[in-house]
Amino acid sequence: MAQAAAVAKPPAPARRRRASATPHRLPYLLIAPAALLMLGFIAYPVISVFYYSLQNYNPTKPWRNGYAGFDNFVHAFTDDPQFWDTLTFSAKWVVVEVGLQLLFGLALALIVNQTFVGRAVGRALVFSPWAVSGVLTSAIWVLLYNSQTGITRYLADAGIGQYGTSWLSDTSTVFPAAVVADLWRGVPFFAILILADLQSVSKDLYEAAEVDGAGRVRQFLHITLPHLKDAIVLSTLLRAVWEFNNVDLLYTLTGGGPAGETTTLPLYIANTSVDAHNFGYASALTTVAFVILLFCSIVYLRLSKFGGGDK
Amino acid sequence: MITKDAGTIAPAAPAPAAEEPRPTLQKTRRAWDEVPRWQIYLPLSVYLLFTLVPFYWILLFALRPAGSTSLVPWPMTFDHFDKVWTERSFGTYFQNSVLIALATLVLTTVVALAGGYALARFDFRIKRGFMLALLCSQFVPGALLLVPLFQIFAKLQMINSLGSVIIAETVFQLPLSMILISGFIRNVPYSLEEAAWVDGCDRFKAFRIVVLPLLRPGLIAVGSFAFVHAWNHFLFALMFLSDQGKQTIPVGLNTLMSSDSVDLGALAAGGIIAAVPVVIVFAFIQKWLITGFSAGAVKG
Repeated sequence: MAQAAAVAKPPAPARRRRASATPHRLPYLLIAPAALLMLGFIAYPVISVFYYSLQNYNPTKPWRNGYAGFDNFVHAFTDDPQFWDTLTFSAKWVVVEVGLQLLFGLALALIVNQTFVGRAVGRALVFSPWAVSGVLTSAIWVLLYNSQTGITRYLADAGIGQYGTSWLSDTSTVFPAAVVADLWRGVPFFAILILADLQSVSKDLYEAAEVDGAGRVRQFLHITLPHLKDAIVLSTLLRAVWEFNNVDLLYTLTGGGPAGETTTLPLYIANTSVDAHNFGYASALTTVAFVILLFCSIVYLRLSKFGGGDK
Repeated sequence: MITKDAGTIAPAAPAPAAEEPRPTLQKTRRAWDEVPRWQIYLPLSVYLLFTLVPFYWILLFALRPAGSTSLVPWPMTFDHFDKVWTERSFGTYFQNSVLIALATLVLTTVVALAGGYALARFDFRIKRGFMLALLCSQFVPGALLLVPLFQIFAKLQMINSLGSVIIAETVFQLPLSMILISGFIRNVPYSLEEAAWVDGCDRFKAFRIVVLPLLRPGLIAVGSFAFVHAWNHFLFALMFLSDQGKQTIPVGLNTLMSSDSVDLGALAAGGIIAAVPVVIVFAFIQKWLITGFSAGAVKG
């Protein structure tokens, strides 16, 4: 009798639990807000960009609007030197920025991962520019590079360089000047991510390596670096896309100048659509930018054998 | 020397077992010795200089009187702050920015928490496709969608309302937040939740009591990300809020920078106002950030 009760009892709560545990609709309900937001404000705009890329669309010249076929794309590739210039500059900007940020970020992470007096304060200070916006970074470096009261004035006081030098308006110095400003803010991003990943390296590995007589350089190359690989691949990729797309800093620091010297493709697209109102052409350029980004990302992930490690 | 160290550090160790700890002690000593202090402090100081000089520079400009070229902010003045806060309406911008950033924080965290939970705990038909869409959306540049987004918000009659910027910021914050949060939830053993169900909790209550407290570091990381991003971001506010009373701090900074004769003192003071909230948030969350990310963020 008692046994029968014990046998009979469990199914009831189990069924009730199953009913509440895996209702078919719950997961869909949970992702619905996110999915709707993304459909409405990412997917739909993306599709409309593809659509407009095949159109002549310019609200200020409505008589020319209409289906354009691939005219916009043909124009970009054959007849628009600015497209190639800005694309080349974007590539250069991304490679230099991401490369240097990774290099310094890695070094910084390795340093602040050591045990030393003042580590907490040191970490907080070197990471702090991470939280600073592109516009604020621009404001800070505009003050630093300013020709009257900027750093060059004090350097000139000390006998280095000339008075009135403005690095941001000289075509030969504007690129390194902008790179340094963006590095200031970008390095902490890598340092934070790499430091986080460093926390999960097993100490045993280092001890074993030490028993085997491996020095610090070999420990770094054979233990630390392989461990960090996936994190590095992922963070460089995300950062590269981000650096490609981000217009805040260059827009406010140099405005793409002097003489279009620092105009990235997205800045050019923004100008084309916002100032020149040429939505159709801007959409075609955007499509090209998508395809290039996607293609480069896939190639990069393939080449780096992401996730293929024996971790 | 080694024996002496072993003796002082572990005096209670019985003689026969002493052979075991000795090599470990020697190793930790070696690892400690191996990085000479100057190799830490020298590069760190150089880098700190690079980090801090710009901060000092903006403080200097904000606090010294206009026209001064002194390298110390003395005599100190708060005129620039007064001017920028009232004349340049940074007071209004500040309010708008706080509203946008807080609303984005709440919206992003709540929506991403729901979605992240579904991704972590259920198998459903469109899950793979949805995950793929999340990853792909990382490649979609918000800056390049300005025009279609503008058209959408115009249709919704949301141009010039803070809601447009809040939605736009949230949408672009969501994918990564959701991926991160689902990773955090996966790190919480399912059996804990099941145990709570057995004790009579429904799914929501079990989640609130058992899972949510364990997600704290992760949620702080994700939420502060959203806050800082929304606080800092510039383009959406620039495009969607043309009314001067609706604009945000970064837009105000840009206006200061792009005027013909830049008022450097006002620009610096405005910059400090822009920096204070994020620096406070950052100081508060810094230690959560590292643990939050190392808690399986990259594993995803």
